Amino acid sequence: MSGPLCHRVDLAVLGAGPAGGAAALAASRAGLRVALIDENPEAGGQVWRKPVRPAARSAKADPGEALRADLRAGGLTLLYGRTVWSVGASLDLDLIDGESGRWERVSAGRLVAAGGAHERVVPFPGWTLPGVVGLAGATILLKSHGVAPGRRVLVAGCGPLLFAVAAGLAGTGIDVVGVADLAARGDWLRAMPSLLTRPGLLGQGARWMASLRAAGIPVFFRHALRRAEGATGIERAVIGPVDAEGAPAPGPEHAFAVDALCVGNGLVPGAEVTRLLRAPHRFDRLRGGLVPVTDEAGRTGIPGLYAVGDGAGLRGAAMAALGGEFAGLAAAADAGRLASDAFAREAARLRRAMARERPFSDGMAGMMRLRPAQVRAIPPETVVCRCEDVTRAEIDAAVEAGARDVNQMKQFTRCGMGPCQGRMCGDVAAELVAARVGPREAVGSFTARPPLRPIGFDELMGDFDYADIPIPEPAPL
Amino acid sequence: MRITVDGVEWQVEPGEVLSAALLARGRRALRASPRRGAPRGAFCMMGVCQECAITVDGRIRRACVTVVRDGMVVSLEGAGSDKVRMAGAHGA
Repeated sequence: MSGPLCHRVDLAVLGAGPAGGAAALAASRAGLRVALIDENPEAGGQVWRKPVRPAARSAKADPGEALRADLRAGGLTLLYGRTVWSVGASLDLDLIDGESGRWERVSAGRLVAAGGAHERVVPFPGWTLPGVVGLAGATILLKSHGVAPGRRVLVAGCGPLLFAVAAGLAGTGIDVVGVADLAARGDWLRAMPSLLTRPGLLGQGARWMASLRAAGIPVFFRHALRRAEGATGIERAVIGPVDAEGAPAPGPEHAFAVDALCVGNGLVPGAEVTRLLRAPHRFDRLRGGLVPVTDEAGRTGIPGLYAVGDGAGLRGAAMAALGGEFAGLAAAADAGRLASDAFAREAARLRRAMARERPFSDGMAGMMRLRPAQVRAIPPETVVCRCEDVTRAEIDAAVEAGARDVNQMKQFTRCGMGPCQGRMCGDVAAELVAARVGPREAVGSFTARPPLRPIGFDELMGDFDYADIPIPEPAPL
Repeated sequence: MRITVDGVEWQVEPGEVLSAALLARGRRALRASPRRGAPRGAFCMMGVCQECAITVDGRIRRACVTVVRDGMVVSLEGAGSDKVRMAGAHGA
């Protein structure tokens, strides 16, 4: 029997998106030996994901391509296609190589967690039907795979991805039947001063809107999904008006015959590693939910553990790259490899750059935040936990029966106990418990435990065999 | 290159991701949910939601993070039943 293949480095960076990539490069340039780990076959994260098909590639300068080239040139240990399933108290990481199924370990003593974010969808009846996909998921399908989720598509939810996806679909000849935006037109106008600080991105938004107008695609401001219907896949989607808080408001519903629905209500930080290691966290509505407490350089409450990017609170790609660089340099400084005056100079530069990005970042995060009234309006029979088919009524019943936090509710109902490990339902389930029990801080979050991702027992066992079980010799009589 | 989906041979392009390949060819429903047996398809496309966990070459794999390989055998019939229950991280 052989143990895991062990990589010994000075710094492990988990997540090769804008934040993790920048952290790895900064630390490597400061002289640390760095291992960069990602589940995907290439760096870029979700936002700078490498396109699969040449047709899906854009002619524009691509920050993802630049990052991938820098990382390849950087003398780093690049561990792509690896699933991290455990992180120990000494910050050692256990990974499975998806290609070979081999167990590997990265031993560094310092770890930058840059896990990114995943989609939040506020449940509505029918949201589990095939053909309903997340907005971020639709972006990946379109930009990376060059595939549309359907031929007749409704786009619904909140934030800038709505218009990016609708315009992207329309541009490939898909029949986009409408866009339902939780926000009012006035909410976007009020966000305008912050958006004006990034004229390039604002211009991109204006082009999306113009292409929707040109294609005659109706935008229903302050509307949300009421239900989706279909037998083995979505056939019909119904939207209705909502108030400023996201609760259903009086007014006519609109029904659309569709074969796909793209829906997203912002993003949730993937703070699983900091939660697993029991670093201090706080609840921050604007940043997407439960986020690790960090200083400006991403240092958490655990020595040697840094958290950056959207996984440490939603701020977007530009802020993620700056925060990642800050943490990479801090790791080098903390390891005694970067002089304190040099670190101070770099920190001052990064602080100025972050201050420039902050208004846009905060404006976008505000548009994507969870509207609690929308959660409170989820109909009782709606599935909230997709893995275990747990409904809102079952969650409410658990609270009525005495559950006082999300983990008690989970034990009563199995909500969050399935293979996604509460990633899809956790934020909404906590909001539902909080609506009856008290503040979000009081109801907590699902306890993170290894394995961080479902893995096969055979992968876990490797070539460890029955004969390898150590059996002590019996004591002589 | 070719893959086999429920016994039928499909022509696919190298580099295609399985969930996108299935969706592009009209296969929206991939499995049934374990408790209610409700139809489910790919949802998050980034390896998080586990809705596209199907049987690939005899193992449970997330289609959205699985790149097609020549000769790959994909089964949509078995996944979502007892096999998924046993392989899932139900202790989490």
